[in-house]
Formats: sequence, C-alpha cells, structure tokens
Amino acid sequence: MAVLVHAASDQIAALLAEIAPPSAETLREPEAGLVMVRGRIGGDGAPFNLGEATVTRAAVRLADGTCGFGYTLGRDRDKARLIALCDALVQRDDYAPALETKVLAPLRDAQQTERQQHAEQIAATKVDFYTLVRGED
Amino acid sequence: MYVAVKGGERAIDNAHRLLADRRRGDRTVPELSLAQISEQLALGVDRVMVEGSLYDRELAALAIKQARGDLIEAIFLLRAFRATLPRFGATEPLDTAAMQVQRRISSTFKDVPGGQILGPTFDYTHRLLDPQLDLGSDPELPERAPVSSEDMPRVTDILGRDGLIEASPQADAEVPVGDLTREPLSFPADRDLRLQNLARGDEGFLLALGYSTQRGYGRSHPFAGEIRFGEVELEFVAEDAGFAVPLGTIAVTECQMVNQFKGSATQPPCFTRGYGLAFGQSERKTMAMALVDRALRARELGEDALAPAQDEEFVLSHSDNVQATGFVEHLKLPHYVDFQSELGLLRRLREEFEQDAGNNGAMQEAAE
Repeated sequence: MAVLVHAASDQIAALLAEIAPPSAETLREPEAGLVMVRGRIGGDGAPFNLGEATVTRAAVRLADGTCGFGYTLGRDRDKARLIALCDALVQRDDYAPALETKVLAPLRDAQQTERQQHAEQIAATKVDFYTLVRGED
Repeated sequence: MYVAVKGGERAIDNAHRLLADRRRGDRTVPELSLAQISEQLALGVDRVMVEGSLYDRELAALAIKQARGDLIEAIFLLRAFRATLPRFGATEPLDTAAMQVQRRISSTFKDVPGGQILGPTFDYTHRLLDPQLDLGSDPELPERAPVSSEDMPRVTDILGRDGLIEASPQADAEVPVGDLTREPLSFPADRDLRLQNLARGDEGFLLALGYSTQRGYGRSHPFAGEIRFGEVELEFVAEDAGFAVPLGTIAVTECQMVNQFKGSATQPPCFTRGYGLAFGQSERKTMAMALVDRALRARELGEDALAPAQDEEFVLSHSDNVQATGFVEHLKLPHYVDFQSELGLLRRLREEFEQDAGNNGAMQEAAE
C-alpha cells in the first residue's frame, strides 16, 4: 500500500477506474491536519520533535461493511479518499487480485523505474579516490 | 493609562492594495507560479519549511510568493497557518540509516563504507556568476552510473562498534517527548527540547553561534563525521486504522558532528557528538545546529560553560526568528502615549537640572 502514497491522485484514479470499484460510503470526510515528525537524537537515540507535516486522512465503508483508511502527506483530499478506497478493496478477495495487477503493480513499476534512474544519477557523483605516486628515489 | 486611538483604516486598506500591486511588480513580466518557486528556488522553500516547522512544499512556496521573497515573513505565515490545523499525532521516529541517499559525505574517513557521494552540491563550484543562466538554461541531463548495493552505515555507527564514540541517549519510556509547541520552554531544558528548538531556529543565528565555537568561544574540536541528505519514509500509527500506515517520504538532512573526546576514572576516553537534523537540503543549517547542540551539552559533559553558545537560556530564548521579529518589529507600532510620558519626564528633569545649575551659579557668586 506504500506505493499509493507515492503516487499522484489522478494516476491512482485513472488506474482504479479500470477495475470498476464498488461504491463506498464516506466514514470520514477527507480532513487535513498535522502530524509531528519525530527524529532520534544522534540518529539512533531517544526521539525528539523535529517539526510538523501536513497530512490528509479519510475513511470509507463498502456495502459489505469493509472499512478502509487512507492517510497521505500533503493536502490532497481526493488522494486520501482514493487510498482509503484501495485499503478497503485490498481486504476483499474479489477485488484484491485486480487491485494488485491493475493498480498497485503498474504504480510500483513506474516508481521503481523513476527511483532507479534517480539512484543512477546520484551514483555518478560518487568519488573515486586515486593516489598520485610520488617519485622519492 | 491606555488611550484608544482610532483612524487610519483607509490608509491601511490602501497600503495593502499598494502592497499587492508592488508584490506583482511590473505586469509585463510573467507572474511566478508556485511550481516555479518550489522547483527553482528549492533551497529557499526548504528553509521556510525548516524554520516554519512545517513540511509542505506547496504552502512554503505560497508563503514565499506572498512575502515577496522575505523568508522570515514567509516563515511567520507558515507558522500562523499551522496553528489552524488539528494535530492527528506524532509519527514513528524516522530512520536516517534507511535513507534513500542523495548526498553523503564524511570528512573523517576517506574510504567510508558506501562511499563519498557528492550529490547536487555547491561545493567545488567556483562561485563565479554564470551569465548563461540569464539567457535561459537547458542543462545537460545528469550523468548516470551503476548503482552500488553496498550498505551505507552511519559513520557514528562504525565508530560506535568499537566504543570509540559515546552512545546516543536512549529513550526513557516514562518520560514523554518534550514539545515546545505545547508547553512553553523552561530551563534547564532537556536535549529533546533543545533539538526541537534548534531545528526550527534561525539559520543565521545558529550559524553565527556555531562559528563562534570554532573561533574559541566554547571550542569543541569538531569533525563533520557525516552529512547525509535524502528521502526517508514516514510512518504513523493511525488510531482508527489500528496499525502503522505509510504517509509518504520527506527529504531531510542529517549532520553527525564528532567532537573532542572525554574520559574519566571509570570510563575510557571516547569521542563526544553533536547532532543536526532538518527538513530538506539544509546542510549549513544542520552543521550549525550540530555545533550548537554539542556546545549546549557543556554542563552535561562537565565543561566550563562560559561562552554564549554554551548558554542554554541565551541560545534557546533567542533562536526563534518569528519571536525575535515580533519583539523587534513591535517597536514600529504606535508608542505615542509611552513616548509622551518619557518626553514629559525628560522635560521636567531638564528643568530641574537648569534650576540647579542656576542655584549653584548664584551660590558660587555669593561665595566669591
């Protein structure tokens, strides 16, 4: 599901449309708020409060009672609701396989490609040290 | 006594209308979009998020636009905005060891495992103005190279394995994490509160204080053990869902300062440390923060605390540029009544002075 928070809402919506999701009732209207982001002292010690980030959350319920919860960084209300809907669908045996192949897998592949490309660009800036041989004879 | 004075509404309205016009500038010049600010003035956006203490690139870009590029004003706007939103809770502490690194350097080990990765940096540029940028730029695409699967441990973890550096303080489950947005700061402040304060503190102020420690005002023999910048995953334990949900990734910079060693009769000598962490690519900020964090540990480490950077109350009370701006800039608000009373007092004192001078003169004449 982590793949969804990294995708744009129109991407998710376009892919989700292909599996004809059932209608869902709103359990929680998309709501923007904050989370306090925590770091650790020294990177691995006791936690401390670094600063806040905007987050939007939503919750939906399918006709059979399955509930889905959506959380994402930022203030995109549509995206929070779409994630909540996907969270509900992934729990349903009749939708989970299609969700995986038609929505999650393509998003994952696209993100993987982009991440790989990015990593290759970064890798090109890695330093190769060499030593100059001094003539001391 | 306070006297209410009314008036000036029309002037204020017109001043704001004028401000909007001046903000827009020459209308024949294309207007800036938020995407342009976010993409092309990215480090300015980072700074506003860091000191505004709110991670939201779009809002920070909006704040910069609204503030006409005045970053402290933009930071103020972001702080004011955050006060309007409910807080859902706190994230799981982020794991910088698992960072998707974009830059990672160590000035202590040439052959650090995982390598020295320069990433997008101003270092080694010649600092010559580039007129090419004025002509419109379409830079070459970045070079690419095979990605190494080598691990990239934190330098402090490597030193820690041999016990050569002090361990980070571990959490006490009994003590909640301090939060200065909920409880006003009191002294002495624990390290979690100090780091929160420094993380949102003014970069210029921390830079000057960090610099002062290097020049001898609370020297701590620092080495930049490691600086890393990249993306980390955020997780949040959502009460309604009942499990940890992924929220997405944020970019952060971390600086591990390795400092002067210390030992005692019972403990072998080992390096001490200072820590810096901030949103975005904020290298100067996190380096300064790490120096000041280390300086503020003087008492804990049994050092003389004589320098400004070691004075916790001085540093933490003056690091916040929104607070500082508020108090400095309030001086331009009307102080007419205050000033009238000062003026009255001054006139009376001068009269008394002149009378005394007159009397003394008369007495002197009489004495002669």
